[in-house]
Amino acid sequence: MVELLADRYWYVLVLLLLAIGLYGMFALRNLAKKVIGMTIFTTAIYLFFIEGSVVEGGTAPVLDPAVGLDPGRYVDPLPHLLILTAIVVGVAIVGVALALLVRIYRTHGTLDEDVVIDRLGREEASAASDAAGTEREPGA
Amino acid sequence: MSPTVLPLLLPVTALVAAMCSGLVGLWRATAARVVALVGVAAVLALALAGIAAVGGGDSIHHEIGGWPPPIGIEYVLDPLSAFMAVVVSGIGLFAVVFPARAGFALVPGRAVPMYALVLLLLAGLLGVAVSGDLFHLFVFLEIYAIASYALVALGGDRAVYASFRYLLIGTVGSGLYLLGVGFIYFSTGSLNMADVAGLLPALGDSPTVAGAAVLITVGLGIKMALFPLHVWLPDAHATAPPAVAALLAAVQVKIGAYALVRILYGVFGPAYVTEQVPIASALVWFGAAGILVGSVMAIAQRDVKRMLAYSTVAQLGIIGVGIGLASPLALTAALFHVLNHAVMKSCLFFVAGGIYAQTGIKEIPRFAGLGRRMPLTMAAFTVAALSMVGIPPTAGFFSKLYLVLGSVEAGAWVPAVVIVGSSLLTAAYFLRVLENIYARTTTEAVVDRAREPGAVVVGTVAVLGVTLLVTGVANVALVEGFLEPLAVSLLGP
Repeated sequence: MVELLADRYWYVLVLLLLAIGLYGMFALRNLAKKVIGMTIFTTAIYLFFIEGSVVEGGTAPVLDPAVGLDPGRYVDPLPHLLILTAIVVGVAIVGVALALLVRIYRTHGTLDEDVVIDRLGREEASAASDAAGTEREPGA
Repeated sequence: MSPTVLPLLLPVTALVAAMCSGLVGLWRATAARVVALVGVAAVLALALAGIAAVGGGDSIHHEIGGWPPPIGIEYVLDPLSAFMAVVVSGIGLFAVVFPARAGFALVPGRAVPMYALVLLLLAGLLGVAVSGDLFHLFVFLEIYAIASYALVALGGDRAVYASFRYLLIGTVGSGLYLLGVGFIYFSTGSLNMADVAGLLPALGDSPTVAGAAVLITVGLGIKMALFPLHVWLPDAHATAPPAVAALLAAVQVKIGAYALVRILYGVFGPAYVTEQVPIASALVWFGAAGILVGSVMAIAQRDVKRMLAYSTVAQLGIIGVGIGLASPLALTAALFHVLNHAVMKSCLFFVAGGIYAQTGIKEIPRFAGLGRRMPLTMAAFTVAALSMVGIPPTAGFFSKLYLVLGSVEAGAWVPAVVIVGSSLLTAAYFLRVLENIYARTTTEAVVDRAREPGAVVVGTVAVLGVTLLVTGVANVALVEGFLEPLAVSLLGP
C-alpha cells in the first residue's frame, strides 16, 4: 500500500478525483453541485493524460539544438494536444449544462433536485387528472 | 472530386448544412427547413454513393491534411460504416421531412434551432461512423451528444430536467471511453484503429489493455443504453419531441452499438474479447437482462412514448446479445436488427407524434377508437407493432429468427429462450395498444373529431411501414448479399 502510494501516487490522486466527481454528480442533491462534480470528474481524466505524457528529465516538446533529436528527452506532446481538444469539448458540455440549469431555475425557482422532481411529479398528476376530466366531460 | 474524399464529405456536408440552416433560419424560419432538407438529402445521396462504392467489401481511406496514418487522422468508409451512414441519413431525412408541427409540437416556435441541431446530430453520428481514429471518435461522440442534449431539452419542462440527467450520465460515458483510449495510447503509443489493432497482440494479456477494453465497453454501453446503463434513456426519449425521440431511438443509440462492434472486433479482435477478457459474454448476459427488464417495464407504462422508450431498452438488449455472441449469424442478426429497429421505432414515434398533434392524447387508454378515425396512420402503427413483436413477413421477425438461430448455433440457450419470451412480452404491450385502437369505442369528443394527421405524416409513416414489409420479404437478398459477408469479415477467420 505504501509502495503503491510512493510509486503511483499520481494515479491514486486521479482515482480520488474521479470518485469525488462521481459522488458530486450522483449523491449531491443540488443540481449546480452536480455540474461541479462533472467538472471534477472530467478534470481527473485530463490530469491522467497529462501525467502519462511526462518524461523524467524531459523538456518542452520544441526542437532544441542543445537537447538534440532524441525523442526520449522531450515530453510527449500528443496527450497535451488531445486534452486541449477534450477541454474545449468539456467547456461546451458545461455550457449546455449551465444553460439547462438556467431554464430549470427560471421555471422552478430552485436548483434543489428533490423540489424539482416533486414539482414535475405534481405537474404530471395534474395533467393526468385534466385528462380524466375531459374523459368524463362528454358523459356529464 | 477524387473519390477518396467521400468519407470526409459525409460529416462535413451535414456540419455545413447545420450552420447554413441555423443562419438562414434567422432570416426566414421556413427556409431553415428547406436548407436542412437539401442538406440531409445530399448526405443520403453521398451515403448511397458510398455503399455502392464499398458494398463489395472494399474500403475508402482519407488522410486528413495529407498526413498518412498513424500520424494523421484517418477517415475510413468500409461496408459497415457505409451501412450505418445510410441508416443514419435515411432516418434523418424522415425526421426532417416530418412536419415540424407534429414532430416538435410540444414546444412551438423552436423549429429553427431544431433543424440546425438535427443536422449537427447527424454530423456527429456520421463522424463516428467514418472515424478511423480512437480519439477522433471521442470528439464526434461528444458532438452528437451535445446536439442530443439540446434536442431533448426542446420538449418542455420535464424534458429539460431529463436532458440534464442525460447530460451527466452521458458525460460519464464519454469520460470512461476517453480514459480507455488513454490506456490504449499509453500502452501502444498509437490512436489509429488499424495501427492499434496491429500493435495490441504483442502486448498479450497486459492488465492496462484489459482495463482499456472494460472502460471503453462501459463508456459505449452508456452511450448505447445497454442494461443496466440505460437509466437515462426512458426519461430522455419519453419527454423529447416525437421527431427527436424517433431520431434518438432509431439511430443515435445504434451508433453506440456500432462503435462497440468497431472497437471490440476491429481493434481488440474477436479472440481477445471472447477468450482473454470475457467482455462478449458479459454483453450477452446484460443484453438478455435488458430484454426482460425493458419489456416488463414497457408493459407497465401508460404514456405511449414512455412505453416505446422502454421497448427501445429491450431492443438494444437484443442487439447487445447479437454482438456478444460473436458468431457470424448472430452478428448478422444484430446488424439486421439495427436497420429494422431503426425503421420500426421511428415509425412508431412518428405515429405517436401525429396522434398528439391531432388530438393532444398520449395516454394509451385514451387511444380507444382511433383506428376508425385515422385508418392509414394506425395501419402503419400496426405493421410496425407487429414487426416489433416479430410476426412474419415483417422485417422484425427475420432479425429475431436469425438471432435465435445464431444463439442456438452457439449453444447459448438462455438468450434464445429470452428472445422468444420477449416476443410474448412485446406482444403483451403492443396488443394492449392495438386493442384500444381497434376494439374499443371512445367516449371522448376529441377522438370523435380526429382526422388523419395530414398527408406528409401519413406518407412518412406509410413509407416506413412499407419498408418493413419489403425488408422482411427481401431479407434473404439483403442478409446473404451484404450483411452476412460483412459479419464474417468483422469476425475474421
